[in-house]
Order: sequence, then C-alpha cells, then structure tokens
Amino acid sequence: MYRYDEFDHKLVQERVQQFRHQVKRRLSGELTEDQFKPLRLMNGLYLQLHAYMLRVNVPYGAMTSRQMRKFAHVARTYDRGFGHFTTRQNIQYNWVKLEETPNLLAELAEVEVTGIQSSGNCVRNITSDHYAGRIKDELADPRVYCELLRQYTVLHPEFSFLPRKFKIAVTGSPKDRAAVALHDIGLRMHLNDSGKLGFEVLVGGGQGRTPVIAKTIREWLSPEHLMAYVEAILRVYNLNGRRDNIHKARIKIIVNQLGIDRYRELVDQEFDRIKGDVKGIPEAEIQRIKAYFAPPEYEELPDFTDKLSTLRLADKAFDLWMSSNVAEHKIRGYAIVNLTLKAPDRVPGDITATAMDAVADLADEYSLGEMRVNHRQNLVFVDVKQMDLHNLWQKLGPLELATPNLGQLTDMITCPGLDYCNLANARSIPVAQDINKHFVDVDRLIAIGDFTVNISGCMNACGHHHVGNVGILGVDKHGTEFFQLTLGGSSDEGASLGDRLGRALPQEEVPAAIEAIVDTYMDIREDDERFLDTYRRIGMVPFKEAVYGSADTKVVV
Amino acid sequence: MGLIKEGKLVNDPFKNVSDCETVPAKGPVIVSIDQWMVRRDDLLKRSDLIGIWLKSDEHPETIAGDLAYLSLVALEFPSFRDGRAYSYARLLRDKYVFSGEIRAVGDVLLDQLHFMARSGFDAFEVESEDPLDAYNIAAADYSVWYQQTGDGRLSAAELRGKGIRR
Ligand code: SF4
Repeated sequence: MYRYDEFDHKLVQERVQQFRHQVKRRLSGELTEDQFKPLRLMNGLYLQLHAYMLRVNVPYGAMTSRQMRKFAHVARTYDRGFGHFTTRQNIQYNWVKLEETPNLLAELAEVEVTGIQSSGNCVRNITSDHYAGRIKDELADPRVYCELLRQYTVLHPEFSFLPRKFKIAVTGSPKDRAAVALHDIGLRMHLNDSGKLGFEVLVGGGQGRTPVIAKTIREWLSPEHLMAYVEAILRVYNLNGRRDNIHKARIKIIVNQLGIDRYRELVDQEFDRIKGDVKGIPEAEIQRIKAYFAPPEYEELPDFTDKLSTLRLADKAFDLWMSSNVAEHKIRGYAIVNLTLKAPDRVPGDITATAMDAVADLADEYSLGEMRVNHRQNLVFVDVKQMDLHNLWQKLGPLELATPNLGQLTDMITCPGLDYCNLANARSIPVAQDINKHFVDVDRLIAIGDFTVNISGCMNACGHHHVGNVGILGVDKHGTEFFQLTLGGSSDEGASLGDRLGRALPQEEVPAAIEAIVDTYMDIREDDERFLDTYRRIGMVPFKEAVYGSADTKVVV
Repeated sequence: MGLIKEGKLVNDPFKNVSDCETVPAKGPVIVSIDQWMVRRDDLLKRSDLIGIWLKSDEHPETIAGDLAYLSLVALEFPSFRDGRAYSYARLLRDKYVFSGEIRAVGDVLLDQLHFMARSGFDAFEVESEDPLDAYNIAAADYSVWYQQTGDGRLSAAELRGKGIRR
C-alpha cells in the first residue's frame, strides 16, 4: 500500500487549509455560491436534496483498517452513522454540514485520504481492479501506475478546469474487473509481440445519457511514456472539447465528432513533441512507488482445500458462500474474500459505522490489515488464509456481510436515486429492495448464475444501467416514476451496452418483468451458458414476448 | 483592479486598445488578434512594446510566427471555468518558447492562482479592493506540487530524487 511521505502530507494539509479559508469566505458572503461551487466540488462537496454530500476517494479502491476506522469515525461524528460506497471506489457521506467539512477533511488527511477531485471538471479518482496484486492472471500490479497517475493528476495546474469530468481506469489483467472500456481513458496492460509489457490505451468511453464503449487509440504504449501520453490526450481534450453544452462536453463526444483517427493524429503530434522530456517522473520515483506495492510477507502455507471441502460438505451455507464469494489467490494457502454489501433488506453500498469498525478489526485479524472496495459496491479482503475462511465466515454472517450473492442477480448496483439525489427521476433503492423480495430462493439464484442488475435513478447512469445484463433506468412520465429495462449490457472485457426491452414499466411491475426474463433465460439457455451469452445468441424477441406478451413484440424500439 | 507582477502591485505600462479605438502614437499597447492582423505593419513601425489579447477560443498557434515581435500575450478567462488558457500558456512557454509576459485577464479567480502560475502565467489582473493582499493570501496556499510543468519549480518527485526533505 502506498504511504504518504512529507510531501504528500504537506500538500494535502495545504489543501485543507485553503478549503477552510474558502468555506470561511463563503459563510461570510465574500464568495457567492456560484464562485464557491467549483471550489467545493473540487474537494468533493456536493449540495444534494436535503444536505451537503461529501465524496471521499479511496484511491484505486485500496484501503487500510486504519482508514476504515476513520471512515467509521467520520460517519459517527459528521454524518448520521453510516456511509455509502459508490461504483467509483469512493465513499459518500450524505448528511454533512458545510461549516464542519474543513475539520472533517483534516481528520481524513491524517489517514491519507481526501476528497480532492472526487467531483468537478477535472481528473477524478483513478480506479482499478479490486484484486490488483493478488490474482494469478495479472501481468503486473496496476496500482503502481494508478499511484503515479494519482500524483500526476492531483491539482494538475493545466487540467483542473477541463470541459467536463474525466475518469481513468487501469487493469493489469486480461480479465477486466475495472470496466476500463467505460472510462474517458482506459488502460489495459498486455504484452506486445516482443513480449514487452505495455498498455493498450482506450479513449472516449463513458455512460451517462450518451453511453459509448471506448475506442483503442493506441495498441501498445511503453510504460515509461504513460504520463506523456495521458498528458497529450488531456491537452487535446482541454483545447478541443466542447464547452458550449454540458451534455456534449465529455471527451467521448469530441472523439466521435473528430473521429478516432483524427483524434489519434492530434494526440500523436502532441505526444511526439513532449515524450522526449519525459514528464517529470524520475526512474527512482517509479522504483520508490513500486516498493510500496511489493507483496506482503506471506507465510509458507499448505493448500487447505481438502479440509475446506470437509467443512463445506458439513455446512451448506458455508459451501454456498465459498463458491460465490471466495476467489483464488495467487499464493498457495491464501484466498480472496468478497464482503457483499448486498443483504436483501439493505441499501446496496451502505454500511454503518459499527460495521465499518467491525470490518476494520476483521481486516486486521484476517487480511493483513488491508482491504478493497470494488465498482460493484462490495468490499474485498485480499489476503485471507484458507485455514481462516470458516472462522471469518462465521464472523461476517452477523454483520450481514456474508450474503452469498456475489455476481448474482441480487448483487445489484444501485445509485442513490430520488431518496438523496436532486437530479433523479425515480427512486432506485426501493426497486432494488422489491427485486430482492422476489428472489429469495438461494438455490435458484445459484442456478441462474452470473447475472448483473444495475439500477440508475436517471439517465446520468451512476448506477451503470447501460452495462447491466439487465439495466433499469428511472424515467419520469407525467410526474410518475417509471422504469425502462435494457438487456445485454456488460462492463467486462468485450463490454457492450444494453438494448431497450420495450416501453417503461411502473415500479410494481419491475420484479415480475425480471422474473419473466429469468424464466425465459432458464428455458432457452444451453448448458451453463451465462444470461449474457444466451442473450447475445438469441436476441431480444423471446424476452420481449415474455415481458409484454406477443402482441407487443412488433413495436419497434 | 490591479496588476500583479513578480509578487508586486505594478503600474500597467500597457494600454488596452479596443478594436474601435485608434492606436496612440506612443506607448506600449495591447491589441486584439484581429487588429494585429490588420495593422501589423503600422504597429511594427512604432518603436513601443506590443502585446496581443487572445480570447479563449483563439489558439496561440495563430501568432506563433509573430511571437518575436511581441512582449506580452494576454490570455482571457471568459469564466473561471474555462480552462483553455492554461494549455495556451503551457504551449506558449514550452512549444513556442515565448519568454515575454503572459498575463491572466478576465475572470481571474485567485483561488486558481497556483494553477495559472505553474502553467506559465507571470502577470495577473486581479479584481479586488486590495489586490496585493488577495494575491499574497492565494500565493501562500501551496508549497508542494506533484507535476513538473516547466515553470522552473521542482516537483515533489524531483525533490525526493534530490533527497530534499520537507
Ligand atoms: S443516476 Fe441520476 S439519480 Fe442516480 S445518483 Fe446519478 S444523477 Fe442521481
């Protein structure tokens, strides 16, 4: 894990101090709300329906137990005793007071966490694979590059007032757990023909009202050129991105307007000019950062699978949890454990201060004090001894953190929706809860298998509905909340956007529609084909018929 | 309103000449890019300093060949949200190697002073009752930077490399 040195600390302290002064000027009326808005946004402070909301970055999703305890403390002291993990490896507090935020940020700074650039038209939290550094299929640990990018982008003098927000994601593994194709810049490590590690660079992906899968701007980029190339992309965007219409200001729009070839040409021209004076990252610095991400000292442990099998045979609930929530670790005798924040009756991503403290204690006891948050709003313990799995599972159960539904239908991504968000058309949280009530049969959920349901309360798509196998979008029809379903979305490697199923449904009809879709899939799937593959093979028609009846299927959508 | 240069409140030797005004016989002037194009030869005949004012959609590339004649480029922020001028300043310094004054004009929000200074601006038109005081407060905000931007100040990584500790 990266640790701040004096420079990092100093910068963050100065930032808090600057913000303290800005808040004072706002409270005294010296700054208008209009002038203050971009300043607070760049520190992660939004004005929501009922209160200020503070968004805090968990850089590339990695955190320590000490940080988690601080999150709990903040939830208790400055909020109403809980926090909400988002799809961007952030934690949000929904009830903070403006005058208290400087102190809150100062407390977070003590544990090396900030709200810097968690909103605003700048480069946001760099996101990554939550299994980074612990998974077999990885080519190199993406967190090293994430940290380099974090430092490169934080308070960047030139790129803090871009046309619009800018998101970068990095994966070091061919299996994409970071949804890189849905980012303004996606970086995917791979080997070139001569076996040298580098990045495929994708550009112009994004969700929102104009969802786009990113395009490849460069097949292979040598790691030492990463900053120069990112700088070239950002500069071309800063100068050419549209500033006349907020809905057309993201890089995806300008990439589409110019065409990827022209955009590439502009970037390459700039890149060729600047790559010589390698943008400010001395080799010693790269090595310094790499050292922080060196693997922990693992013990020589025997493989424990056989003993686990006995425990699994004896206890079906444990067996279910093992098969759904536990992933293979690259070191023998260790495992990766997913803590799902998706118990049936709770708000996806929400976690109480008490549970945060408990998670921190468990991380110390079972996971070398480290954990991750992923883009599906779950937590991950990355270094659990196999021999501890049964104990850990028993302790997670009472905290409602062992729901064995990872990647299943009830492991939904849900945005805050109309319960909190002033842009929302509809409440997303109750829809998730309704669906949960319909799908309680654990065996059936397992039989259904991989099945993502993503819910957004409006077309801004914070709930990633475009890339849910089933996407659910809240729409407003004459003042009533309706929900538009899409099928076939995916954010993994080979990402795709969902297709519209048909007319929007009232809230009470949504669970039945999902039932109908699931039943149809179970009928027509071949072997253990995933829902996504069945949909890709068969297409929309049977699902449409199942939901709307055959009369409706002729309606062109 | 006041002009800050090198940390001091200074008298502005330049006169902004709008497109409908006539250029005075003597004294440094700042003109728009349109006027520069039209009156280039006349302006060059005068022996006084010349500056050009670029709006946020006017790329310095258009005057790249003329920079040798110019002592000042004023980059306008129509709104503090429009960040193009930061890139223009960097291009002027790094790509076109312009060493004259780069002046921030328009909606110059001092909370962004560091971004401007590090991008290559070295003069600031500050709207405030006490411009120098406002400037000094903003200038004290930061002492550490992650990026190397060619303004001569060392980034955190470079300082680490030199073994300098804070
Ligand atoms: S998708 Fe819409 S409703 Fe949901 S959090 Fe985003 S802006 Fe708010």
